Amino acid sequence: MNSAFRYIKSIIWAFKSLASGMRLTGSYFIRPRKILTEQYPENRENLYIPERFKGEVTLPHDENNEHKCNGCTLCELACPNGSIKIFTLIQETTDGKKLKRLDKWIYNLGSCTFCNLCIETCPSEAIKMSNSFEHSVYNSNNLIKTLNKPGSKLKEK
Amino acid sequence: MLLLNNTNSLTHWIHTKLINSFGSTGAFTGEFILSGIAIILLVVIMAIIMIYMERKIAALMQLRLGPMRVGLWGSLQPFADVIKLLLKECLTPASADKFLFSLAPFIVLVVSFLALAPISFTPGLQLWNPNIGILYITSVSSIGVIGILMAGWSSNNKYSLLGAMRSGAQIVSYELSAGLSLLTIIVMCGTLSTQEIIQSQSNGWWIFKGHIPAVIAFFIFAIASTAELNRAPFDLAEAEQELTAGFHTEYSGMQFAMFFLSEYTNMFIVSMVGTTVFLGGWMPLHIGGFDSFNHVMDFIPPILWFFGKVFISIFVIIWFRWTFPRMRIDQLLKLEWKYLLPISIVNLIIAAFVSIMGWYL
Repeated sequence: MNSAFRYIKSIIWAFKSLASGMRLTGSYFIRPRKILTEQYPENRENLYIPERFKGEVTLPHDENNEHKCNGCTLCELACPNGSIKIFTLIQETTDGKKLKRLDKWIYNLGSCTFCNLCIETCPSEAIKMSNSFEHSVYNSNNLIKTLNKPGSKLKEK
Repeated sequence: MLLLNNTNSLTHWIHTKLINSFGSTGAFTGEFILSGIAIILLVVIMAIIMIYMERKIAALMQLRLGPMRVGLWGSLQPFADVIKLLLKECLTPASADKFLFSLAPFIVLVVSFLALAPISFTPGLQLWNPNIGILYITSVSSIGVIGILMAGWSSNNKYSLLGAMRSGAQIVSYELSAGLSLLTIIVMCGTLSTQEIIQSQSNGWWIFKGHIPAVIAFFIFAIASTAELNRAPFDLAEAEQELTAGFHTEYSGMQFAMFFLSEYTNMFIVSMVGTTVFLGGWMPLHIGGFDSFNHVMDFIPPILWFFGKVFISIFVIIWFRWTFPRMRIDQLLKLEWKYLLPISIVNLIIAAFVSIMGWYL
């Protein structure tokens, strides 16, 4: 008798759980507002990309064309696949001091895996991930970028 | 009843024209060809509508948009798919049994078409009215399993064979409870002819008239026919992880399209059989006591009633597919042999008792 009761109970339970599943999908079906798909090229104007989306590495410059990178090459060491090359030069100040300064910050977007390790290791918070994502080019050489702008220099503290 | 008269007069007009121009034998042949073309057109159009419907419904249920690029709201996507499949090469594996390999899709498709013959679309629009219509549909549709096994066997591929075996086991076992649930209604109305079954529902559909046995039979029919269609949640024959695409793994191009078409045709047929037997075929919805309501319902032509019910059934089958998780093979067979079959046998006995006592309306 107990097993017969369990048998009937399992049938009722099965119908209940199936009905709850169908209620959920049915409610999605009648609410097209909930659709998550983005119609990408059409909605470019009002496309929302989250602030923390890892699109590419940038070296922000301020209004005086100054950046914060002092050429310590820690990001180059941290990069797991060699997407970063830092070239430094020695500048001599007027009072004879020799200072190591950034010459070129070479970034290969094509091989970057957006792991964020360079940003985490940077001691002076000079580099940042930007949320731009439209990087496609016709020639892969165009993906190798020099991040520091021409004529830019280190922001002195 | 404008459309009813139209269909009747249209078929009558074609008949008299053909008799006048070709004589009775020529008219017979001509009507054969015409009805064949009409059925093929119907199936192809329905398949295209169903493919688009399925993709859109699936997308909406999963919070997606579905096809959007080809045509307005992706409405030309099925045509693009058909053109793609037509242009693709039909590849035959080198070690396959070539004759059976190319025969199998035809058998599967022909069986699907055969089952369309005794369906009554509207009063006066029926290809063939045998007095064993439902028996004919259930028996003919079980030939399809031969085509599936043939496809799996002749591919000379272990995954195809395993998929075919699975879907064979599934179809053979679920046919029992699908047949028994149809029998429940046949016991009550006392006829196997599709037209007479529909006419017996002029004072109420069987799902309402037959009380509890009919409702239970309807649920069992819905489950068992979904399983017979090899669709999710019973799509064990097409397990991507274990069996790739099941029995049609080796098929490509138009041969694959024929399996695909027969799958959708079977869905169409199952919906039509369910509509005919449980939901009153082309009979309008009548509620006792609401005379004005019933009068308004009478104005909707029967063909719209029929196809409306068919499309609602198709929608429910699609809804099943995109909601329920898949079953394992042991769960599948357990569901049939431990639950559906005993319940439908008991239900048949109850239905026989109800019909002897005359408790239905």
